[in-house]
Amino acid sequence: MAVFEDVDVKEGVDQETVEAVQSLSGKYKYGWETDIEMEYAPKGVNTDIVRLISGKNEEPEWMTEWRLSAFARWEQMEEPTWAMVSYPTIDFQDIYYYARPKSMEVKPKSLDDVDPKLLATYAKLGIPLKEQMILAGVEGAEGAPAEGRKVAVDAVFDSVSVGTTFQEELKKAGVIFCSISEAIREHPELVKKYLGTVVPASDNFYATLNSAVFSDGSFVYVPPGVRCPMELSTYFRINAENTGQFERTLIIADKGSYVSYLEGCTAPKRDVAQLHAAVVEIIIEEDAEVKYSTVQNWYPGDENGVGGIYNFVTKRADCRGDRSKVMWTQVETGSAVTWKYPSCILRGNESQGEFYSIAIANNMQQADTGTKMIHLGKKTKSRIVSKGISAGKAQNTYRGLVSMHPKAKDSRNYTQCDSLLIGDKCGAHTVPYIEVRNNSSRVEHEATTSKVDDEQLFYCRQRGMDEEEAVALVVNGFVKDVLQALPMEFALEAQALVAISLEGSVG
Amino acid sequence: MALRQTKEDATTARLEGCSLPEGGSWATAARKSALARLQDMGLPTRRDEYWKFTRPDTLTSSEVPRAAVFDPKDEPPVFDAIDRLKIVFVDGVFDPEASDDLAMAGVKIERLEHAAESDIHWAKELYGKLETNGQTPVQRPLAAMNTAFATDGLIIHVTKKAARPISLIYNHGSDDSDVLLHHVIKVEPGAELTVLENGPAAARFNKVMEVEVCDGAAFHHVRAQGRDHERRAVTHLFGRLGAESTFKSFTLTANGVLTRNEVVLEMIGDDSVAHVAGAALGDGDFHHDDTIFITHDAVNCESRQVFKKVLRNGATGVFQGKILVKAGAQKTDGYQISQALLLDGDSQFLAKPELEIYADDVACSHGSTTGAIDEEALFYLKSRGVPETEAQDLLVKAFLAEAIDEIENEEISEDLTARLEGWLVRRRG
Repeated sequence: MAVFEDVDVKEGVDQETVEAVQSLSGKYKYGWETDIEMEYAPKGVNTDIVRLISGKNEEPEWMTEWRLSAFARWEQMEEPTWAMVSYPTIDFQDIYYYARPKSMEVKPKSLDDVDPKLLATYAKLGIPLKEQMILAGVEGAEGAPAEGRKVAVDAVFDSVSVGTTFQEELKKAGVIFCSISEAIREHPELVKKYLGTVVPASDNFYATLNSAVFSDGSFVYVPPGVRCPMELSTYFRINAENTGQFERTLIIADKGSYVSYLEGCTAPKRDVAQLHAAVVEIIIEEDAEVKYSTVQNWYPGDENGVGGIYNFVTKRADCRGDRSKVMWTQVETGSAVTWKYPSCILRGNESQGEFYSIAIANNMQQADTGTKMIHLGKKTKSRIVSKGISAGKAQNTYRGLVSMHPKAKDSRNYTQCDSLLIGDKCGAHTVPYIEVRNNSSRVEHEATTSKVDDEQLFYCRQRGMDEEEAVALVVNGFVKDVLQALPMEFALEAQALVAISLEGSVG
Repeated sequence: MALRQTKEDATTARLEGCSLPEGGSWATAARKSALARLQDMGLPTRRDEYWKFTRPDTLTSSEVPRAAVFDPKDEPPVFDAIDRLKIVFVDGVFDPEASDDLAMAGVKIERLEHAAESDIHWAKELYGKLETNGQTPVQRPLAAMNTAFATDGLIIHVTKKAARPISLIYNHGSDDSDVLLHHVIKVEPGAELTVLENGPAAARFNKVMEVEVCDGAAFHHVRAQGRDHERRAVTHLFGRLGAESTFKSFTLTANGVLTRNEVVLEMIGDDSVAHVAGAALGDGDFHHDDTIFITHDAVNCESRQVFKKVLRNGATGVFQGKILVKAGAQKTDGYQISQALLLDGDSQFLAKPELEIYADDVACSHGSTTGAIDEEALFYLKSRGVPETEAQDLLVKAFLAEAIDEIENEEISEDLTARLEGWLVRRRG
């Protein structure tokens, strides 16, 4: 890779890691575009556009009003500037807020009726839109169980969902999995009850914009006591030029349920940057568990920083019930600019939040990402493991908040964030906020090595490793576990990442 | 922008009736430029990110919050047993009667008041200059205000190794005193100086100290921030470190309704060493903020930040620490630890241990932990017959030891340890 040839990689950085970063951030594989006839709403955003989007989705009046009030608020808001990213001013009136393939004008009754060009697009991306087992031996599927497994997919193309697979089979289990536009029409009581309760319409500049103009996204409801029989996934594809993608995801795991949800995203190579401002809300009731995994692979722009996606995303999970649990796993390799903090509100007693992140930024990419762990309930636990790798002229920032409220007695947090620089033209930054308001909780931010699980350490040392090696093994091994647990769709990326070690980290 | 307007209005209100002190050409220029900086930035408000954890309103209000003068009774003043050159200020005004002669071999001590009257003075190169450097990337408007309006302070030029520490004693005289003090210190190549500071100074105290530590020079700073509970203080210590120089600063704070200590260092010479440490003991209505910003802009420099806080009865501890490693500052060794021991459920610790790194061959660590006293350790001590309160005190002292150990001078470190014990004893009483 040209960018790496003239870079002196400092001693101590693992060669395999450098190669893995190269291979991940090499030629962007998904940069092609689908030649398909589109229909657009006029450029720009105003109340007419908000009404138009709402109308296209055949929404009830209350939804239109909700959007309009968000829009009115957005007009009063200012774009945030606190993140360590810089990009040219976005002209919010020079974006198409709605773009739909012409062939989607009449909603296809089944996947068989979907425009073959769209199906071909997803086939080329390796996303199965046919209801079939994914078999071992498929590229990237190494390590999958031999008998194959099912993954239900909601495929979002620019502003609309083109189809959702396995809906019938999921329905038998009681699981609702559909596009959010369909949910607003078919399950208004659920949407009304939960939408905007985790990320309020007034939350922040981009989330408020999203609340006004979101065009589609996915909706999941897992009823009490149900373990979702397959993994659910949404694949976001931006195709049209000069469009912004604003999708909204709402996941509800009712009491005692479980669901694993995956998200993937790609976009064509273009020399004009495109905006992606999504909102993901997750509600987790008593004893329920949600795993949310993302491989973010938006077009990062070229090596001179031309083009790419501005990924300004608000993701938040609300662990409402006691003993509820959420796990965010993210692998961030794409986007020109990332601004993303998947967060956990640990409201239920003994609820748990976990955040595992690997962010790789190369060339001119800028990533400002991290998490918030807000401990409100008693005996809540959170764990943050974040690995940031910068190469080229990229800037990678971990930004996080751990907050222990006075009532969150006996809670625990452990945070570990490492950064690695490949070359001397890039940057790695850490901005953790720690707020502890009671004394029965323990918060440790990258505390001493002994804070890594003592038993694991003891085991390693017993086998002759020195403490540093043992810690490295435990920490890296831990990340590898997480990666290997990533769903099969992400197996390729995950396997490349497994080679990454944070040896030689700067801080 | 509403915030901008609010700030402007608040700044105008605060500065109403204030006029720049008279002085020679260099001082006038420096003060004018500081005033322009201040007006441009505006005074801090709660909505400023850098003041997220500490409310600045009582530091910026036009009216001075009253603070009764504290009576230490027969308690001996801190550093009393140390052989030192004493310089006393009462409510921010130099007190020649109580001070020693301002004379020591290799050290020239002047008052800002006098230095500022002359048209030419070496302090021109430093006064307000290090403060200006410290205004980016984060604004420190209260320091600019100090540069603009301070009338007293010391201008110290050190050319050799000073035989005794200079001890600055800030006495508090009236319960509505509002004081600005500005010191400038230049430690020439190979020279050494220790500065001690203690005393509450005023009802509201705003102090800036600018220190240039030239190549191969050493500067030691030990500060005890008093028992005087009601006073409010914001202090800025700006330092610039030349090659192979040493800068060490330690602060012990016990009580104080509001204290914000900012330390801003630029390491511009290779192989320099900077240690900044602090121990704070807070009880009740206590708010203590350590805000540290260390910039590595040279090769092979070492910086350490060690901050420990023991908090009880609703006290608040704040730590905002940052290590910035500029491009090219290879072989940097940066260490930062902030820890709080919360002795009860009402106290809180708010921290932001930050790193910003633009060089690939460096090691920076930043740890932060918060929690209660270790129950197991307590149990262990009790099972060996140590009474509970003593066992607690022992664990508190052990917790603070890492910070106290940063003080090189044993005599001083023992003196401060004794103060610490005093606090623990009073706490029981």
